[in-house]
Amino acid sequence: MITGTDTVAALEDVRRTYLMGSNEVHALDGVSFDIERGQYWSIMGASGSGKSTLLNLMGCLDRPTTGTYWLAGRDTGSLDDDDLSDLRSTHLGFIFQSYNLIPQLDVLENILVPIYYQDEPAPDAEDRARALADRMGLSDRLDHRPPELSGGQQQRVAISRALVNDPDLILADEATGNLDTQTATEILDLFDELSAEGKTIVFVTHEAHVAERASHILRMRDGRIEEVKVQR
Amino acid sequence: MTATRVFTRSLRAGVRSLALHKLRSLLTTLGVLFGTSSVISMLAIGEGASYEAQEQIKQLGSQNVILRSVKPPDSPNDTNQTSRVVNYGLTRMDRERVEDTFVGIEKVVAVREIQQEVRVKNRSANPRVLATEPAYIDVTGRMVWEGRFITEEDDRSLNNVCVLSTELARYYFPLESAVGKRVKIGPDYFDVVGTVAPRMRAADDPAPAGEEVTGELFVPYQTAMRWFGEIQVKMRAGSRDMEQVELHEIIARVGRGEDVPMVAAAARTMLERFHDKRDHDLIVPLELLARAEETKRIFNIVLGSIAGISLLVGGIGIMNVMLATVTERTREIGIRRALGAKRRHIVSQFLVECVLLSVGGGALGVGLGLAIPLLVEEFADMRTIVTPAAPMIAFGISAGVGVIFGLYPAWRAAEMDPVEALRHE
Repeated sequence: MITGTDTVAALEDVRRTYLMGSNEVHALDGVSFDIERGQYWSIMGASGSGKSTLLNLMGCLDRPTTGTYWLAGRDTGSLDDDDLSDLRSTHLGFIFQSYNLIPQLDVLENILVPIYYQDEPAPDAEDRARALADRMGLSDRLDHRPPELSGGQQQRVAISRALVNDPDLILADEATGNLDTQTATEILDLFDELSAEGKTIVFVTHEAHVAERASHILRMRDGRIEEVKVQR
Repeated sequence: MTATRVFTRSLRAGVRSLALHKLRSLLTTLGVLFGTSSVISMLAIGEGASYEAQEQIKQLGSQNVILRSVKPPDSPNDTNQTSRVVNYGLTRMDRERVEDTFVGIEKVVAVREIQQEVRVKNRSANPRVLATEPAYIDVTGRMVWEGRFITEEDDRSLNNVCVLSTELARYYFPLESAVGKRVKIGPDYFDVVGTVAPRMRAADDPAPAGEEVTGELFVPYQTAMRWFGEIQVKMRAGSRDMEQVELHEIIARVGRGEDVPMVAAAARTMLERFHDKRDHDLIVPLELLARAEETKRIFNIVLGSIAGISLLVGGIGIMNVMLATVTERTREIGIRRALGAKRRHIVSQFLVECVLLSVGGGALGVGLGLAIPLLVEEFADMRTIVTPAAPMIAFGISAGVGVIFGLYPAWRAAEMDPVEALRHE
């Protein structure tokens, strides 16, 4: 398939089929779209619509049953487990609903986890991590453990962690779902900032006002794309 | 990132994960701890026991063949006699046969044991009084402490001289040298001409009870024959036992070590031919030594298996806890995988924790294993020897246990589906 030089991720007729007993369940039933660098996509859909499956596929945690998924110029279908791990540690940033920090590591170490797993980490990775923490207002919390932080602070650590490897694609899964309204707004403003800086973001949400901030809104239904709305 | 940094980081991460559950980690190490310490202390006790046995055997003289008189069991028809003379044991003829007919013999020494009270002023005791020949000191390898041993001249001239073992000398003459003093053996006075170093107590000798005096007193053979004769009288309640024993012990020293089995066989044949009663015993220290080696080997196998089983149990304990830990940390595994950890990163993470547990247990076990032999020496009065290899072997095995029993849990962790793992609550 031919993709533009600025295409970060491309899906072409991606299907993902699970076997539930003897029944085949089509979690994704022929999904195709391209994400260009700097775009901010939000993915909406009811539970069971396939949006989690889509996110797992885009995050290289899962592979399509058929169809192709290109990430950072590589066809993920031909990659083995180690190569996919390399893609995750160098080209992807994950942000989860429940933060998913590692409790026994302190803030700085948590931010650096993707760097630990890189084969050739940048020598200035730690400086980068400190700068990110500084930007997120965490510089006086670097030696704290996650349980000592508020939800908003934990999510800022998680965002720093997702940015530390300067990823091509940031995947956020209900990233504000566990936060109160004010903190959620702050985090969403931060996403807007990142988008404005040219980061490519995919944000899964079920809240319309969250999705409204994105440049593209993709609605999923029964494993298919219901509509893609381009906002700007 | 350099390899050493990666190593120190995963080490630190492992320590930190274990520190989250200090009590659990400590309890997990107990199996390996006790396994390791039992390996070390068992080896030390075994080593000490065999060393002691070998020392005792060597003291008998590995080139010696020892013939001893043994009182044969009473025949039932003469138990109602009140007074009788029992005649048994080795004879002077036996001694001559050994000396004249055995090939490869260097020296032969005869020993008679005499039942007499030994007095010095108001101190009295019943030590072993041994009538023997000058060569005794060479054949048994005992050391003259002070003065001299019995000489040919003493024997020929029937001199009333004696030699004390040092512990006996200390008992009779606590404040001064025994040499030049006199002791009364039975009715007669003897001049002390020397002292010899004490014999190491053999395992089958009864321990000295309370005030009992241990030790030996040596007198010239001919002198003893002259003064005490051949019949020993033992007083027992209601009866007198009289024994006639010519010689209590014949020690033959073999010139070359390889001739010992031949001489032993000859002595066995001779005793069987000339004695119809079982009134003798043949002791071949070299054979005992071989048997002691065999016993030690079996001992080591038994101890080794026990210790091996305890390490196995310890390893299974670690595996059990690690499997539980892997399940408990499923989500963490999912997070790490999502952030780019490869399978081998997960494997090494859990393997490092296992090895830390087992090596930690092993290190504590080495400490305990070195302490137990000291306590055994202190309280059980047993000799123990910790060879330098024992702690190293035990420590190495414990580390190996960590790797072997950590592999399966680590593999389980690495094989998890990242999506499933992330969904795990």
